[in-house]
Amino acid sequence: MVAVTEITASERDASHADAVTIPVDRLPELGGPVKMQTRDLKLWYSDKQALAGINLDVPERQVTAFIGPSGCGKTTFLKCLNRMNDTIEGVRIEGDVTLDGTDVYDRSVDPVQLRARVGMVFQKPNPFPKSIYDNVAYGPRIHGLATNRGDLDAIVESSLQRAGLWNEVKDRLGEMATGMSGGQQQRLCIARTIAVSPEVILMDEPCSALDPISTARVEELIDELRDNYTIVIVTHNLQQAARVSQLTAFFHLGRLIEVNDTAEVFQNPGESMTRDYITGRFG
Amino acid sequence: MADTTFAIHSGPAAQARLRKRYARERRFKLMCLAALGVAAIFLVVLIGSIVSRGWSGFLVTQMELTVTYSPEMVDASNPADGNFRMIVVEALQKEFPEATDHSSMRALLGLVSNGGFLAVRNAVVDDPSLVGQTVTMWVSAASDIDMLNKGYVDRTAPEELRRVDDQTMAWVDKLEADGRIRTGFNWDFFTTGDSREPELAGIGGAILGSFWMLLVTFLVSFPTGVAAAVYLEEFAPKRRWVDIIEVNINNLAAVPSIVFGLLGLAVFLNLMHLPRSAPLVGGLTLALMTLPTIIITTRAALKGVPPSIREAALGIGASPVQVVSHHVLPLALPRLLTGAIIGMAQALGETAPLLMIGMVAFIVDLPSGPLDAATALPVQIFLWADSPERGFVEKTSAAIMVLLGFLVVMNGIAVFLRQRFEVRW
Amino acid sequence: MPTQHTVRSYDSELEKVDHHIIAMGGLVEDQLRNAIKALVEGDNDLARHVIEHDQDIDDHEREVDDLVTRIIALRQPLAEDLRRVKTALKVAANLERMGDLASNISKRSLVIEDVAQVPQREALRRLGNAVHGMTVDVVDAFRDGNADLARRVWNQDEQIDEMYNSVFLAILADMISDPKLIAPGTHIHFVAKNIERIGDHATNIAEMVSYMIQGQMPGEDRPKASSVVTAEDGEAAEQA
Repeated sequence: MVAVTEITASERDASHADAVTIPVDRLPELGGPVKMQTRDLKLWYSDKQALAGINLDVPERQVTAFIGPSGCGKTTFLKCLNRMNDTIEGVRIEGDVTLDGTDVYDRSVDPVQLRARVGMVFQKPNPFPKSIYDNVAYGPRIHGLATNRGDLDAIVESSLQRAGLWNEVKDRLGEMATGMSGGQQQRLCIARTIAVSPEVILMDEPCSALDPISTARVEELIDELRDNYTIVIVTHNLQQAARVSQLTAFFHLGRLIEVNDTAEVFQNPGESMTRDYITGRFG
Repeated sequence: MADTTFAIHSGPAAQARLRKRYARERRFKLMCLAALGVAAIFLVVLIGSIVSRGWSGFLVTQMELTVTYSPEMVDASNPADGNFRMIVVEALQKEFPEATDHSSMRALLGLVSNGGFLAVRNAVVDDPSLVGQTVTMWVSAASDIDMLNKGYVDRTAPEELRRVDDQTMAWVDKLEADGRIRTGFNWDFFTTGDSREPELAGIGGAILGSFWMLLVTFLVSFPTGVAAAVYLEEFAPKRRWVDIIEVNINNLAAVPSIVFGLLGLAVFLNLMHLPRSAPLVGGLTLALMTLPTIIITTRAALKGVPPSIREAALGIGASPVQVVSHHVLPLALPRLLTGAIIGMAQALGETAPLLMIGMVAFIVDLPSGPLDAATALPVQIFLWADSPERGFVEKTSAAIMVLLGFLVVMNGIAVFLRQRFEVRW
Repeated sequence: MPTQHTVRSYDSELEKVDHHIIAMGGLVEDQLRNAIKALVEGDNDLARHVIEHDQDIDDHEREVDDLVTRIIALRQPLAEDLRRVKTALKVAANLERMGDLASNISKRSLVIEDVAQVPQREALRRLGNAVHGMTVDVVDAFRDGNADLARRVWNQDEQIDEMYNSVFLAILADMISDPKLIAPGTHIHFVAKNIERIGDHATNIAEMVSYMIQGQMPGEDRPKASSVVTAEDGEAAEQA
């Protein structure tokens, strides 16, 4: 059980931005190797601090879920992992984010190259208004992963296979991706991410716009992808976090309040704030 | 409690409130409809007056002449140098043998336009074997006869107040009775340049001038405007100087067009010594004027591409330039072209800046390139509207109709592009 | 429970479950007390009363079952709420079993003809009172969320086992010395065994209550006295 010093209401209201969240020595023991790691990660949008020194280890080939109320910084934190925040004006970042031990914010790291290693799937399915084939082939094309048409076809097929979409779309690869159902679009977006052969896949509420059946398909897919990829998922659906993840991290007001084995967090959270949040007693 | 809340929304008082609300809404809708009606009436009056005055500008009055190219009048070895005025007079004398004295012959000459003499001359120049022969041909009538034929001359007015005297009227009536006068479509109107004679004046030169000018405007303002907008929208850091540029571009779009004319005069003519009256200069000046419009519409088009597409591309490792060139620009293109076409249409209708850079000159020759002296459609309209001759009144309106036609077509293309190619989310 | 749920009807549903459990606990306490009293005093009317009222406990259990199923389906409880409904379900099952055992005791006491012959009645009453005390405590611990009390009940199990063993050995010794006592002795042994098992169920409930409150089962294995008592132990007791 991970325990942090009890946060009183007055502390919560006062200077939460200054407080350090979970200290490094209180992080849980991970069963396997660490894929990504953040140390004292702080982020400001102009003058407003959004992350207050996050320490977190993301285990390799496991699913790590981020939960927390809206505006708690979990999506902001997620986007730090592949430097998507770089594109936002007025963002200032301090602290370390490492991928396999290398600082991703180092000058020598190209964000474009980083995002090929750390792919991202977004909340709203956002296929390009192109054909299904072109959607999946786009990443390999810009990264030059295929030398000829045959290679590219193979990548497209295997990516769609892994995303569990191949049988549904193999006869209509030339059709517009925007004509697919929402669930298919989201799985296409996952296939598009896989096609670049990333090591880590970040998912920002990937099922929030999907119906229950599509959600179940995506969750099943996440479970299968765990064999080959490290997955980090932000979700507002606590049951989903409980179902798909092995490690769960609870964020609140830019701080990491608790991180532990998912079963432990959902059955016996160590922090009263976590408990209040996941049992629906918040605020 | 429940009973009282129900009672609030039923019963006579509630009905009365509802009726009052609907009555207010009806009045509001009627006011909107009335406003629309006023706008429609203005439009109908405008178009109606232009069309009713201008439709005859597309028509031309021609008369049939039986011309004899006698060898005394024209030399087969040098047919261009013949005495064609005499030939025409003789041809007319066949119809009206009584007109032999000097003043009658002058009056006869007045029936035919300068273009008519030219047609008689051109026929024999093209085919010298006509010398010694007699041919029948249709030639355009003089402007006064044209006006008379189209009914713009008041036949009941006293002779001294009329543009056409009794004698001429009698001749015209006789020719008409003989079937030797006809009204045809004036194709020459679209192919010839300006002229002092209303019946010969055409808008071909102006159309070509406008074409060369718009070509220059498009080639300069479209790439520049799009590139500037892409930089401002996609790459520029949100710093103060970018804000300043943004405000200035928005202000520039609101600057009166004559100011751009002054700028063009100062820079292109006085400083760079480019040829006066050339479509190149006009095009450059209009490009300056169109640039803010294109930048603003392009930025709006780029903003219209949802950020989710940018995120998607960035998320799989596309560089910012790839995001723009592979995704954002192609998706914005239909709206972007629409904006450009509307900008071009504005430029097409612009007069004031062209006056400042000397495109008001009287130019008869058709421009063959952007460096030739030329005039433009709206300037031509301006010039003709200033001319005192009765024949130019209908030409002015006809030219306005042509200009409106072009504008409608351009806007139509813009609408078509938007409807057909715009991707919807 | 520090704060209320955002959805208030959720709170009221959870309270309803608690209410049923506490009512059940009260019934089980009464049943157990009455069953022991009926046996020790040979009050057959009271014994029949106990048998008839077992149905009330079963009704409460079904009620708890339905409510918990509904909460799981509609609210998908997590953390302490999840532990609470999971505990409620198990506690209800244990209480229902305790009721059954009480009713079994009364069925036996109807069979015993001459109460005066019953050996070790006083020891039985003491055992019964001890288990009754555990039952009262564990229901209070559930009601008040009192982990300490639950833990105390849990620790009592050992003592109950020892009491049962000594009752067993005493009965055994009585039966060895006087074969006439074999028939009532066997019955009374079953009663003792039933009481001891009621104590086991109370211990189970104490475990669940402690899990509900603290998120984990009590650390070590439940304290047990000696594993199995044998006839030799009885003889040893006889000779003592």
